Amino acid sequence: MPRINSAAELDALRKSILSRIDPEKPAIAICSGAGCHGLGNGGVIRAFEEEIEKQGLAAMVDIRATGCHGLCELGPSVVIYPEEIYYVKVAPEDVPEIIKQTVQGKKVVDRLVFADSVSGQKVADLNEIPFYKYQSRNLIGNNTRIDPANIDDYLGIGGYAALSKALLEMKPEDVLGEVKKANLRGRGGGGFPAGLKWETTRNAREKQKYVIVNGHEGEPGAFMDRAIFTGNPHLVLEGLIIGAYAIGAQQGFIYTRHDSKLLRKNIDRALEQARECGLLGDNILGSGFSFDVEVHFDVGIFVSGESSALMRSIEGRNPEPRPKYIRTSVSGIWDKPSNLNNVETWANVPQIIEKGADWYAEIGTERSKGTKMISLSGNVVNSGVVEVPFGTTLRQIVYDIGGGVPNGKKLKAIHFGGAMGGSIPESLIDTPLDFDVLGKLGAPMGAGALMVMDEDTNMVDATRFFLTFLTNESCGKCVPCREGIRQLLTILGDMCEGKGKTGDIETMQEIAEVMSAASLCALGKTATDPLKGTLRYFREEYEATIK
Amino acid sequence: MSDITLNIDGREVKAKEGMTVLEAARSADIFIPTLCHNEMLEPYGGCRLCTVEAETRGRTKLVAACLFPVQADLIVRTRSETVDKIRKLLLEFLLAHAPDSEQMKELAAEYGAHKDRFPKLSSFCILCGLCVRYCTEVKKKNVIAFVDNGAKREINFIPELAARECWDCKECYPLCPTSYLQAAYHLTHALAFPSLQLDKASKA
Repeated sequence: MPRINSAAELDALRKSILSRIDPEKPAIAICSGAGCHGLGNGGVIRAFEEEIEKQGLAAMVDIRATGCHGLCELGPSVVIYPEEIYYVKVAPEDVPEIIKQTVQGKKVVDRLVFADSVSGQKVADLNEIPFYKYQSRNLIGNNTRIDPANIDDYLGIGGYAALSKALLEMKPEDVLGEVKKANLRGRGGGGFPAGLKWETTRNAREKQKYVIVNGHEGEPGAFMDRAIFTGNPHLVLEGLIIGAYAIGAQQGFIYTRHDSKLLRKNIDRALEQARECGLLGDNILGSGFSFDVEVHFDVGIFVSGESSALMRSIEGRNPEPRPKYIRTSVSGIWDKPSNLNNVETWANVPQIIEKGADWYAEIGTERSKGTKMISLSGNVVNSGVVEVPFGTTLRQIVYDIGGGVPNGKKLKAIHFGGAMGGSIPESLIDTPLDFDVLGKLGAPMGAGALMVMDEDTNMVDATRFFLTFLTNESCGKCVPCREGIRQLLTILGDMCEGKGKTGDIETMQEIAEVMSAASLCALGKTATDPLKGTLRYFREEYEATIK
Repeated sequence: MSDITLNIDGREVKAKEGMTVLEAARSADIFIPTLCHNEMLEPYGGCRLCTVEAETRGRTKLVAACLFPVQADLIVRTRSETVDKIRKLLLEFLLAHAPDSEQMKELAAEYGAHKDRFPKLSSFCILCGLCVRYCTEVKKKNVIAFVDNGAKREINFIPELAARECWDCKECYPLCPTSYLQAAYHLTHALAFPSLQLDKASKA
């Protein structure tokens, strides 16, 4: 791979990549996301490779193992290009037929296409399947189109054009201004304006500054960050380099999951390729800007994704949060200004630079801009990774995209934000996706894990589940969080056995109040959000446990 | 190091930049309760008993006095309905572990905390970390450490190091706000080495 030293060289390389691609040439994109992996995509990939080999079709067909397509429920999924025919639940035995009928014969294999769970109507075109049709897949849409192992694929779809524009045509303050104007808000949970955070780090006195990708994604029910990071690592990296340029950081860190081999491999390979191409390292694209990235893996507990705990972990210490009376954007890793954003936030940056803040600000609601990736799971027909513009209603997500609640059950609640999120009742299903609106209802979006709960869900038990998760995944340093959750679990345990006592609800409310007021970090402060939410909307279920 | 004037409980208090609210308060003889704080050690912020109200530019928030840096025009309230309520519940949590701790009994009386509000727990330890941090920060021996996390977190002596370092030290005993550390150590020793008396062990 030649080193790229200028915008002209990048354009020339892109042209040469595109000239080698025949848009009419069949390509087989097999989902290699975590869900499909669990459903046996390895056998499907091997079967395609063997069949192509056996039939001597290697020169006529492209094949790629891609990142998550989205519709995890019906994996392993396969997309056949150029027609974008979408096959679900593909088994190795189906492969010879797909090759013969679809790749060579241009005919659809009827039994492998998506069928609506209610009407039974069959849809072969990816873009017409309701699950995909009602989404705006600005970030994840390219997952089916590229091989994450090959930087050429990313360059071929216009990758690193935004970086080139930022480094060679814009001043750092212009890049910052664009992100501020776009009103990009952090996707990790808080919804804090990314531009303001960047500015704080940029303006901090210390010269040595760091930028960090938080790819820990420990929230129960959240799996969208790994989908984009595994499937399109260069997109996140490009966003990070642009951010580093705007902020004035020379060193970046990627903090991500230790337990996904493919994610690790794809990140490492992306960094290697970017270095070879001169997109990382000294004098990137001949701009004079130098920047490189180091990868760190999480230490296995949820709290290590908390920003200050994460930074301690990068320093090589225990992942215990510290109070943020001085913000990490001013004093983070080794007390240097450190700007941390999550995977999805960074992935949003290239399009803002490429298409402009005005274009970006057109998408979404007044105060929540752009699209949001949602991990849709629980009692829903089509679980998977979804990307929709802010402002989309929860009804559209659960019913139009998710296909509703399975087995003829009624919808009871929608739970957002994992263990520190909240549940809202079915009656609020027309609420739009919006940081502030959902926050006010007590179901802050968090990182975007949406769990659908049907009528059989016991909300007291669900709350106990989340608090059990948190007691295992917190550090245990501060008293309100450690002892508060311990006592809440004792009470909830009794309640789940129908042995609640008069006064238990009030005790839980008192504990929740003190935990929110006095805990050291955001985990303890928001650990009782599910409790507060369910007490607000489903109080009668708690009362029913009290004799 | 410039001088900063802040207001604590209605009094003007002078402090140096970089000081914490707790340090400033103590220098003016204003009492803020703590269980995990010790001047020899780095501020920890674990017990949260030192939670106070801090007001800047009309906005009040609850902060840990042992960590919150002083700033000009800061208004601190060390007692309020909210603060007292927090301290009461925190003490009740901890009294479930160590109901007989003298230090906590005094505070419990002050804040109206009931030692029996929550069922008695098996571990005496309130995980203030004074022993752990003293051993690490002052003695630099790392004999005693936290293990596990969340509600399973506990302190543990590392046996090989303890056998070598602890006999002639035991300086962590008097730091323990529950005073159980010493008792537990004696008990463990008695069970493990019934024939060897502890007071003779250092000569053995």
